[in-house]
Amino acid sequence: MKKLLVLSTALSGFGLAASAQEIAVMSWGGAYATSQIEAYHKPFTAETGITVVSVDADNPAAPIKAQVEAGNVTIDVVDLEYADAVRMCDEGLLEVLDPAILTPGADGTPATDDFLPGAVTDCFVATIVFSTNFAYDATKFPENPPTTIADFFDTATYPGKRGMRKGAKVNLEMALMADGVAADEVYAMLETPEGVERAFAKLGTIKADMIWWEAGAQPPQLLADGEVVMTTGYNGRFFSAAVTEGKPFVQVFDGQVYEYDGYAIPKGAPNMEAALQFLTYSTTTQALADQAKWIAYGPARVSSGPLVGLFMDGKTEMGPNMPTSADNLTNALPSSYEFWVDRDTELNERFNAWLTAN
Amino acid sequence: MADISASDVGLLKTSDGRPLKSALATAQQRSKRRAFLLVLPLLAFIIITFIIPIGQLLHQAVYNDGFSANMPRTTAWFVENPPGTVPDDIAFEALALDLKDAAAARTVGVVGTRVNYEMSGTRSLFTSTARGAARLEPPYREALLEADAKWADPNLWGTMRQVSDAYSANFFLAALDMTRDVNGKIVPMPEERQIYVSLFVKTFLLAGLITFTCFLLGFPIAHLLATLPMKWSNLLMILVLLPFWTSLLVRTTSWMVLLQQQGVVNNTMVALGIISDDGRIQMIYNQMGTIIAMTHILLPFMILPLYSVMRPIPPTYVRAARSLGATSWTAFRRVYLPQTLPGVGAGSLLVFILAVGYYITPALVGGASGQLISNLIAFHMQSSLNWSLASALAALLLGAVLVLYWIYDRLVGIDNLKLG
Amino acid sequence: MSESHRDAFVAFDRVQKSYDGVSLVVKDLNLDIAKGEFLTMLGPSGSGKTTCLMMLAGFETATNGEIRLDGTNINAVPPHKRGIGMVFQNYALFPHMTVGENLAFPLEVRGMGKSDRDAKVQRALDMVQMGAFANRRPAQLSGGQQQRIALARALVFDPKLVLMDEPLGALDKQLREHMQFEIKHLHESLGITVVYVTHDQGEALTMSDRIAVFNDGRIQQLAPPADLYERPDNSFVAGFIGENNKLPGTLEELTGDKALVRLATGEVIDATAVNVTQKGQATLVSIRPERVEFKPEMMPPGAHMIGADVLEVIYMGDILRARLRVAGSDDFVMKMRNTQGQTRLAPGQQIKVGWHPQDARALDPV
Repeated sequence: MKKLLVLSTALSGFGLAASAQEIAVMSWGGAYATSQIEAYHKPFTAETGITVVSVDADNPAAPIKAQVEAGNVTIDVVDLEYADAVRMCDEGLLEVLDPAILTPGADGTPATDDFLPGAVTDCFVATIVFSTNFAYDATKFPENPPTTIADFFDTATYPGKRGMRKGAKVNLEMALMADGVAADEVYAMLETPEGVERAFAKLGTIKADMIWWEAGAQPPQLLADGEVVMTTGYNGRFFSAAVTEGKPFVQVFDGQVYEYDGYAIPKGAPNMEAALQFLTYSTTTQALADQAKWIAYGPARVSSGPLVGLFMDGKTEMGPNMPTSADNLTNALPSSYEFWVDRDTELNERFNAWLTAN
Repeated sequence: MADISASDVGLLKTSDGRPLKSALATAQQRSKRRAFLLVLPLLAFIIITFIIPIGQLLHQAVYNDGFSANMPRTTAWFVENPPGTVPDDIAFEALALDLKDAAAARTVGVVGTRVNYEMSGTRSLFTSTARGAARLEPPYREALLEADAKWADPNLWGTMRQVSDAYSANFFLAALDMTRDVNGKIVPMPEERQIYVSLFVKTFLLAGLITFTCFLLGFPIAHLLATLPMKWSNLLMILVLLPFWTSLLVRTTSWMVLLQQQGVVNNTMVALGIISDDGRIQMIYNQMGTIIAMTHILLPFMILPLYSVMRPIPPTYVRAARSLGATSWTAFRRVYLPQTLPGVGAGSLLVFILAVGYYITPALVGGASGQLISNLIAFHMQSSLNWSLASALAALLLGAVLVLYWIYDRLVGIDNLKLG
Repeated sequence: MSESHRDAFVAFDRVQKSYDGVSLVVKDLNLDIAKGEFLTMLGPSGSGKTTCLMMLAGFETATNGEIRLDGTNINAVPPHKRGIGMVFQNYALFPHMTVGENLAFPLEVRGMGKSDRDAKVQRALDMVQMGAFANRRPAQLSGGQQQRIALARALVFDPKLVLMDEPLGALDKQLREHMQFEIKHLHESLGITVVYVTHDQGEALTMSDRIAVFNDGRIQQLAPPADLYERPDNSFVAGFIGENNKLPGTLEELTGDKALVRLATGEVIDATAVNVTQKGQATLVSIRPERVEFKPEMMPPGAHMIGADVLEVIYMGDILRARLRVAGSDDFVMKMRNTQGQTRLAPGQQIKVGWHPQDARALDPV
């Protein structure tokens, strides 16, 4: 009897392992990973029976590089920033994707045309457009609140600590825009030594008031703790803090820098077929629109735009909170992958040196 | 000693005529073999988890085949032609064919990244040219220059020559704020990009300061621990060990709660009227935060060796000194303190080495000015993905710690180290 | 303040000491020590002798009373200003200094110049026959050698008073006896005053001019060794010093200090009254084993003798030791010198024993 029980248990366990396929998806954690689990993972499992394991990382690019170089890949799908994805693709760390796996838009537009320009590359499919912008604590500025990126750098009119991401990217662009450079001239300006000088000089004006953050979860926390009165950060995180947690944060989209973020498949992913299936599933018009219910990042497909309705609380209109809404794009800069791929080593070195110099 | 064993003892024989030495060796062999088998798992563990990774790290710091492995023809051309040779048609042909292959193999990004480390702004030159590489037709010189005029830049060719050798000291140079000019001469980095040397210095100064504050705070506590009656010293010991049982992150974040501008300490001082609401002190996200939090975290590593040295020092030594005419200060300085030196040395070395390599705490509470060299190593491991530079920095840090260890051994003697 | 107090080199005057405010460790101590005297504080552990020494050295403060050195109250003088040399139980040689540095330490803190220092250190080392060891570390020396160094260090700065806290406790028996003589000789040749603490009565008897026997925070008896041994003042001293037969009984007759004591079993014995005063009082008679006689011809005329059964005889070389049953007690001991012609007793033999009345001391019953 006992033997039979053991045997049947073992068999059922075996059967389960055989039928239940599993893929591992690595992303950034926090509210963003939650939105992916709700919009992609759960429906995908419900439809295909393939379990999706969600793995968090500070920046998934680093562990993926390590896994591929060590020849021990455990992740099937990875969420990457655009610049990292392009670079890793060039270095052969990612699988090349056939655009044919992408479904056409709901209105029948071919996928390659339905996605925003540049959103699909050799190894990468963008799912969202996210923005680095700034937010302030409304209780600190009841009258004459800041409205432009120049106000962020104006500590005389708006006294108090500032927060910025520790790194050169985005900060230099914002500094130039605050200094009066038009968005479409920013990168041309940064190509010149004078432009770099000017950007660092502008950053220098508020260096003494700066608290540098590193993880995306930090800016809303710094604002909530009263450590800073204004900080740059990811718009989706500000939105979550303001809407779901009721914090008195107001976002300013003037001078925002936006870019793509999306999915890629690491070279040698263990469950290639299921990974492709997941990619197809999670980049449909509807799936991308669904994700926007959970976080205020713009879908990377044109056809998803009209389907975006209310936030999951059922009353907040998502449109005005998206970085891609027309009102928010009046003075906005698309991040240049080409610029940063060449210059990030040099400018980050310079940034680090600038940071530690007194 | 050796002479005696060779001549005199060598003559000794056992009763059955075998040389005594070999008889002894045979007798001991069995137990030696057993002892070796017992330590074998540990030895294997250390080799696999410690020796090999460190070897790899040191190798990675001087080895990067990103260029040579993916650009074989161009690399061969550099070998055949001495430095300073103006690139000829053969060179351009080699380059173009390599680029075609690299583009097909998706390795051109690796090549571009490698060159970009030495010469900023060249990565996209490789990747964009590679995208159109399939269309390159002879004559290749003209084709390449048409794709991008930068291919004619002698500086670029000089840099490519440098990186064509997989073995390179350039990462160590970079870690020391130096670089090579077009002619391969070692020159300092431009001033606005110099960072590592000053950061090494700062790391060692901060670690020294943290060690010193740990000593100042830890010495009296260790003394109390060693001299209080058992029931009180046990309680105190638990308080000392309590941080050990708490997660490092929890401890660090609790310092954030305490020290931030709207934190407990500032709020209390404002409430007591010591400082005004506008005059809240910035105690975290700067050097002070790093010092405070790390002193707290590393304090037990100072206290425990001190305690283990102080505990067995009987009070009679100080009494003897006093009876011999020494004031209490002289008795402390001349008699008590010197006897605690092994503990002071062990604690200081331990705290200093840990502090020099600390990473999480400065990352969380250090802000911009409280960053240590490990934070930049982490930056290159995780963000810039320049692992060779990270390895070079780590190797320098390792070397510096070994040098310190050696100096300590020469000054104090490592056998004087007492950890507990 | 009595006359003797004023002359004394060291004086404890009504000194009391309590650590916890509840009980007294030292109770009303009065003790005068003369210049050049070798005084031993003897007693079981916890009797207060070490506390007294520590108070004299300045490491403990008296709770009440006065301690005087050379006529001045030193209660408030810190240890390093008392100028008292001290030898500690475990020598307390500074392990991080060489022997020479250890000896130079007290001279150095007194600001003595280097050449004077060296000369004095060498002289002190020579004095304890350790002249060649100045550059050794204490850990490289044997126990006896360390003891000599500790002694030299306590003497090198010419203190008038030297305190020794069980200094020979860690040495083996032979070495200990040898060192006892050396210390005694040093004391005599240097003319210093020594206060010596020990729980070893043999050591105390060998070395001291006078012995203060401590028990329960009080001095039970202060006397030269011979008096202490032969004429103990009370049962504690009698029991603590040397071997001792105790016979309980009641005081039958008392004339001056001549007493007759009736034992519990009915026999009557001779004794000298020490601290008993009234007829009918209970008493404990104490007799040293070597003063017990069993040959009637050795007894003074008229002395009482009582019956005894020989239980066993132990041959100990220089003496023979017999265990007897006397007055119902099984552990009465008699020692006989092992001389030519000494009568050999055998177990089971019945004999009579007695003693000179001055050797039997009728003391307070414990």
